[in-house]
Amino acid sequence: MRRFVPMFRKEFIQMRRDRLTLGIMVGVPVIQLLLFGFAIQTDVRHIPTVVFDESRTPTSRDVIADFENTGNFRIVANVDGREALDEWIAKGDAQAGIAIPHDFPRDLARGTTALVQVIVDASDPLSSQAALAAAAGVAQMRNLEILSAAAHRSELPLEARVRPRYNPGLRSPNYIVPGLVGVILTITLVLVTAMAIVRERERGTLEQLIVTPITNTELMLGKIAPYVGVGLVQMTTVLLLGRFVFDVPLTGNVLLLYAIAFVFIVASLALGLFVSTLVRTQQQAMQAAFFFVLPNILLSGFMFPRQAMPAVFQWIGAFLPLTHFLKVLRGILLKGVGVPELWREMAILLAFALVLIALSVRRFHKTLD
Amino acid sequence: MTDVAVETRHLTRRFGSMVAVRDLNLSIAKGEVFGLLGPNGSGKTTTIRMLCGLLAPSEGTAIVAGVDVRESPDRIKALIGYMSQRFGLYEDLTVAENMDFYGGIYGLEGTSRRGRTADVVAFLGLDRRLNQLAGTLSGGWKQRLGLACALLHQPTVLFLDEPTAGVDPAARRGLWRTIKQLAERGTTVIVTTHYMDEAARCGRVALLSQGHLIALGTPDEVARQVGGHNLEDAFIILQERDEQEQGA
Repeated sequence: MRRFVPMFRKEFIQMRRDRLTLGIMVGVPVIQLLLFGFAIQTDVRHIPTVVFDESRTPTSRDVIADFENTGNFRIVANVDGREALDEWIAKGDAQAGIAIPHDFPRDLARGTTALVQVIVDASDPLSSQAALAAAAGVAQMRNLEILSAAAHRSELPLEARVRPRYNPGLRSPNYIVPGLVGVILTITLVLVTAMAIVRERERGTLEQLIVTPITNTELMLGKIAPYVGVGLVQMTTVLLLGRFVFDVPLTGNVLLLYAIAFVFIVASLALGLFVSTLVRTQQQAMQAAFFFVLPNILLSGFMFPRQAMPAVFQWIGAFLPLTHFLKVLRGILLKGVGVPELWREMAILLAFALVLIALSVRRFHKTLD
Repeated sequence: MTDVAVETRHLTRRFGSMVAVRDLNLSIAKGEVFGLLGPNGSGKTTTIRMLCGLLAPSEGTAIVAGVDVRESPDRIKALIGYMSQRFGLYEDLTVAENMDFYGGIYGLEGTSRRGRTADVVAFLGLDRRLNQLAGTLSGGWKQRLGLACALLHQPTVLFLDEPTAGVDPAARRGLWRTIKQLAERGTTVIVTTHYMDEAARCGRVALLSQGHLIALGTPDEVARQVGGHNLEDAFIILQERDEQEQGA
């Protein structure tokens, strides 16, 4: 294995000098982290809201204030008619509208059901759901107050006490950042390895290497081993930035996380090796890698819950190593669980790594002959 | 070891039903400069690939530097040097780094690597370019560096596969001077080329056509055997004959 060392050393020098590779290795994690960490928030707040208050009474203003106090609605305009309200929403200047009819205070005083109409722009499902939930909450709070006063009860008959475990603040970054570790490793390792190998083929150096005494195994290991280090550095960067910039907790055994990450990294590198045997140029390698990245982001459970997907897509997702690595990441980082809870994911990742290595090594050797 | 550097006996290679090299018998002496000539598809590349241990013969065998290519193709790789027309250089590494890398790949370490590197650098006059990136070298210098990398481990047999494609005339002349010097020191050099003036500089040449050995001997002998005044004539006669046969 002594020829592995010069291969390894050469790869590091090249990595340092290749702007594209460096850019992918350093740029992708930082940009992704900032994009996903700051820009993507699944808890929708401050929905721009337009109000049409036909009754103009202290009671109606109270109700509007209730809506505003939830933090989900931000009143951007008061209008004088239903048509004007619809127009605001149609234009997209507001995503929700609150209409309080003329009869509202009278109905309320009489004890019949008083209506407040809430219109939401459901072309954006995420924010409309938040608006619907908040609106329902506002009405319920009001109802409770009125009914308990009428029943002369100061205590509620029933309460569902929900405890959001593992992420009590329901913060998006806590969910996104651990997942991002896996996504970044997948993207960069598959892409960078594939490109590094294809580059040798493109430039004719692979042709030269196979007439030297270096064995296929030494060649392959020397080629991909440096990227294990790259993966670990990327992971550490994202975890540190996540911890200190986004305040994401590192609850569990970080050592165990690194051990499992190592297996995941090896699986990703093997996949990169596999891609390199399918393509002839660096450009094709890039295209193939991006083709592969999309299902990883969409189906792995990184952004969208897998439980909500049709069974077929859950199955496809199960064949992505990232899906299982995400469970490990969130399990260890957020829940602080260990081997007893995660052994299944660990076994699956190990199986992935072994199968991928066996497949891609065979194919790689074939392309050399 | 005897004075024979390369010997092939009934060397044959088939790809499916196509015979790329048929019953090739060659004996190349130590220190000889030997030219492998022939139009595209004549079997030159297949022959070289078999002699380098990259491709197993279908029939027959070859002994290169005393090693049987069928029995231990991997041992051969340590005894031969190979340079293709693309030179196999890493353009983002410097001259010194390229030599370091290939030295390491050939298992040279420590003082022996430094000593060999210094020798080769002096031999090829690379000393003033050591820290230049290989990608910024001219074609001629790239060729010298490629040769340097192929010579670090002191190969017994050196294969040059169209080594002067895309290189200026002065560099071509320089390379041939180097080849002569290497041969005088006992290295066997096997060259493929499309330039017949270069082929004329070889001690002996083998002319291949469609996998057959058509003629073998000194450049003059070969020209006469095929029926031309010189090698260039012979080559063209051969190529036209090939094309006619393919047309028929």
